[in-house]
Order: sequence, then C-alpha cells, then structure tokens
Amino acid sequence: MSLQKTQSMIQAKNIGKRYGNDVILERVNVNVEEGEFITLVGASGCGKSTFLKMILGIETATDGELLLDGKTIPDEPGSDRGIVFQQYSVFPHMTVLENVIAAKGFQKSSITGYLFGKERKVAKAEASDMLEQVGLGHALGRYPHELSGGMKQRLAIAQALICKPRILLLDEPFGALDPGIRADMHALVLDLWRKHKLTVFMVTHDLKEGFYLGSRLWVFDKVRHDPHSPNAYGASITYDLPVGQTSAPLYEEIDNRIRPIPDISIDAQSATPENLS
Amino acid sequence: MKKFINAKPNRTATILLGLLPFALLILVYMIGSDARLAINPSDKLLPSFSHMGESMMRMAFEPSRRTGDYLFWQDTLSSLTRLGAGVLIAACIGLLIGTLTGSLPYISASFSPLLTVISLVPPLALLPILFIVVGLGEVSKIALIAIGITPFIARDIQGRTKEIPSEQLVKAQTLGASTSQILIRVILPQIMPKLIDAVRLSLGAGWLFLIAAEAIASTDGLGYRIFLVRRYLSMDVILPYVAWITLLAFLVDYLLRKANQRLFPWNAEVNS
Repeated sequence: MSLQKTQSMIQAKNIGKRYGNDVILERVNVNVEEGEFITLVGASGCGKSTFLKMILGIETATDGELLLDGKTIPDEPGSDRGIVFQQYSVFPHMTVLENVIAAKGFQKSSITGYLFGKERKVAKAEASDMLEQVGLGHALGRYPHELSGGMKQRLAIAQALICKPRILLLDEPFGALDPGIRADMHALVLDLWRKHKLTVFMVTHDLKEGFYLGSRLWVFDKVRHDPHSPNAYGASITYDLPVGQTSAPLYEEIDNRIRPIPDISIDAQSATPENLS
Repeated sequence: MKKFINAKPNRTATILLGLLPFALLILVYMIGSDARLAINPSDKLLPSFSHMGESMMRMAFEPSRRTGDYLFWQDTLSSLTRLGAGVLIAACIGLLIGTLTGSLPYISASFSPLLTVISLVPPLALLPILFIVVGLGEVSKIALIAIGITPFIARDIQGRTKEIPSEQLVKAQTLGASTSQILIRVILPQIMPKLIDAVRLSLGAGWLFLIAAEAIASTDGLGYRIFLVRRYLSMDVILPYVAWITLLAFLVDYLLRKANQRLFPWNAEVNS
C-alpha cells in the first residue's frame, strides 16, 4: 500500500521484474523515507540485488513503477545515487588520492574532467579530508593493488561520498572481508550514515548484518512456490522490520526460511551488535 | 628420488640447460660446415663462421663500392623505420577503433561487422593493389604493415575494453562522469598497457609483412638484402642477416615489455 499524502523519497508501486518467463520480483510495494538505513537480505537469486540495481538505474522494472521524489527513477546511474560494489569499485590505474580527486573532477562538466590549478588544490584538500574520515589518510599514494580488501572498500566509500549523494547503495560491500575487518567497516558505515545524513540501501547475504545494522530490514523471499516450475513466481518483500525490535525466534524463523549460504568466515563473536557500536 | 614431474633445476642448471640447445645447434652446424668445406672448399651452402664474419665486416664497416653506403646499417635503418612507422600507424588506428567499438554500443553496431570482415582479408593479397594505387615507394610498404596488423590490434583492444568490469563504468557514472570523461579517464589509461601488449604480439606479423614487401619491391632493407643475395647463394650474408633480424625482434619486444612495466606501475601485478 502506497501512501500518497506525505510523499516518500522512494516509492515502489507494485514492482515486478521478469526475464522472459522467469519472474524475479513481483508485487513489491514499499516506501522509503529520507535518512533510513535499509538492509536487504534473502537467499541468492531472490531479487534483492535486482531491486538495488533498479534504484541504481541499470535495471528497469517490467511491472509497476519505482519513483524517486514522485518521479520515475532515471534509467541510468547518476551522481545522486552512489554505489559500492563487492569488488571492482575503484579505478586500478589511479592512486588512492587520485581516485577521489578524479571523482571531484567528474563533477565538472568538461571533456576530460581533469582539474587544474586552484580547483585541483581545493579538490585535493577535500579528497584528503574524506580519505582521513574513512581511515585511509596514511595510504594516499598507494595504488589499489597495494591495498587490502577492506582498504579498497574504504576507498570506494570515500569516492562515493565525495560526490555528496543522497542515496548510498551498497551491494554486498563486505562479503569478501574478514570478520574482524567487517565489524570495523560496519562501524564506519554507521558513522558516515549519521554524519552525512544519507539514505542507505545495503544488500547482504549475512542475516546478522541485516538484523543489527541500520534502521530497517527487508527480507526478500518467494510467497508462492510452484515446485514444477521454480521460476514461475517471483520474490517479494516478506518481512519489513524495524531494526532493534526483533526477537531471537523471529531471527531463527527468517534464518531458516532464506537459508543463507553457510559462510565460514562469519562467526558470532565478530558480528555481534556490541561490536557494531 | 623425487618424481620427475616434481624435480626442478636450480638457477645455474636452468641457465646451462637453456644454453645447451643453442650450443648443440652451433656444434652441429660447425661439424656439417667443416665436413662440406673439406670436400669442396668453395661450398656456399654452409659457410664457416669466419667466412660469415668476414662478409659481415664488409657489409657493416666498408662503404659499398656502388653507392658508398654502409649497407648493413642502411638496411637496418630502412627496415626499422618502415616497421616503426607501420606499427605506430596501426597502433593509433587500432586503439581508436578498438576502444570506441569496445565501449560504445552504437559505434560497435556500425563498425564491428566491417572490422570482422576486414580482419579476414589476407593482407598480402592486398599488396598488388597497394603497389598499383600508391606505387612502389615507401608508402606501400608502410601501408602493408599498417593494414596487416591494424585489424588484429583493433580487435584485441576491443576485447580488452569489454573486459573492463562494468562496475567501474557504473561507478564512474555515479560519480557524475560523462561519456567522454569515462572514455578518457577510465578506459583509455587502462587500455594503454594492453595496447603495448597487442603491439608486441603483432610485431611477428609486422616483420613478416615488412620482409615480404621488401622482397618484392625495394632498393634497400634487411628483407631486400637477403632476397637479393639469394641469387648468388650467399649464405654467408643471409644467415647473419637472419640472426640480426631475430636479435632486433627480441630487442624490440624486450624494450616494449620494460616500457610497459616502467610506464604503468599500477599494472605491476598483472605484468609479473
């Protein structure tokens, strides 16, 4: 049910996504207010990434409409929606500092986006400051292949934030990281979310992340099942929960339903809420 | 005793084992040459090393009686100039076509089929056309090399451009980048080392076209010389020339590889 009275930032009205006869998503109806931090969980292939890509603008809904500020969401990526992918999010041929300065340069409407003189100096100072915020102040001159997985993701986040997006999309951003580093990254993301007043969508296959991070949890799952034709029905949002008001039995229930792929790198010690600050 | 599949030679052994086949080849050649020369001292097929040395001294350090040039160096200079010009033109055109067709669907739709067809034309079959159209001068030889390897470079670069993860292109757009900014700042710099690799791979074909063109219509050049002296069965010149061409090919490849490592340090992990 969509509420028209106070216009939400993002409105999904009966959204569906089909590839030929395979239905990925169906009947997704949600509203998102500015400043929410939403985690999207679900089994693989359940459409959570597809939904994220629709907001990003690289996928379009085949049914229904997805609105941003009441207007159809643009069908190509733009600087109001930042993204951090699981990998390949940074430019390998630029140093850490250059990666962020380039992001500033892209904001300028010139052929090459190179910055010169005073403009470059300002961008450099701003970029250094942003890199300091994400904890990369000591690695400004390094190339991405010299960084650890966690540092690369910090860089990708810095790059996204320097453009001051309203929405930050995170597509399994910490899936490839060690548990300890993951906890640090959670703290960083929560900190930046509050400081920059972002609206965050984070896809994860780690239910624990979804349960304790952010302000709202969506569980993507199939409502209807046809065992003879597994792709005949798509997934929808089966649980839409405020984070912090959920019980252990519910966690168990969702956990059993979506059966996340067992991930040996996740252990309870490193991802408990206490560590998330 | 380790299984043979697990046994590895140490460093000295690796070097010695690598040199062994060369030494054997030279030895076999010397035995064969000595045997033939013992029967017929004026045998031309397998000249002795000293004979080859004398001939090369003459080619390299005595001015030609007819033209006054030092033929060996003149040949080398002419050939390298032609090869360099041809390869440079091919690299520029290949880079342009490859990156644009690899990244822009509209350009790809209109040029990819043409590129595929052109790359199937045997370049040597075009040589007569080139001779007719642009004459027998330098242009036809350079054009043959350029035409011969441009399609290869273009298709290679096209593939490499498509290999750039789409995440990077999306990311650039979320940072506000325009099409030209993505092409110039994201794609082009990442393609440059690949271009050098493509040039290295295409140099073998480049030498082939160079020597073919020089053999057919030229007045100097390494390829011209070996085909010229063939008439006199001058193996004493042909063999050192072939060795020299091989050495040049090796050096060019080596320099390009070093340049790649030096110019693109961020690519180090890929290079090693």
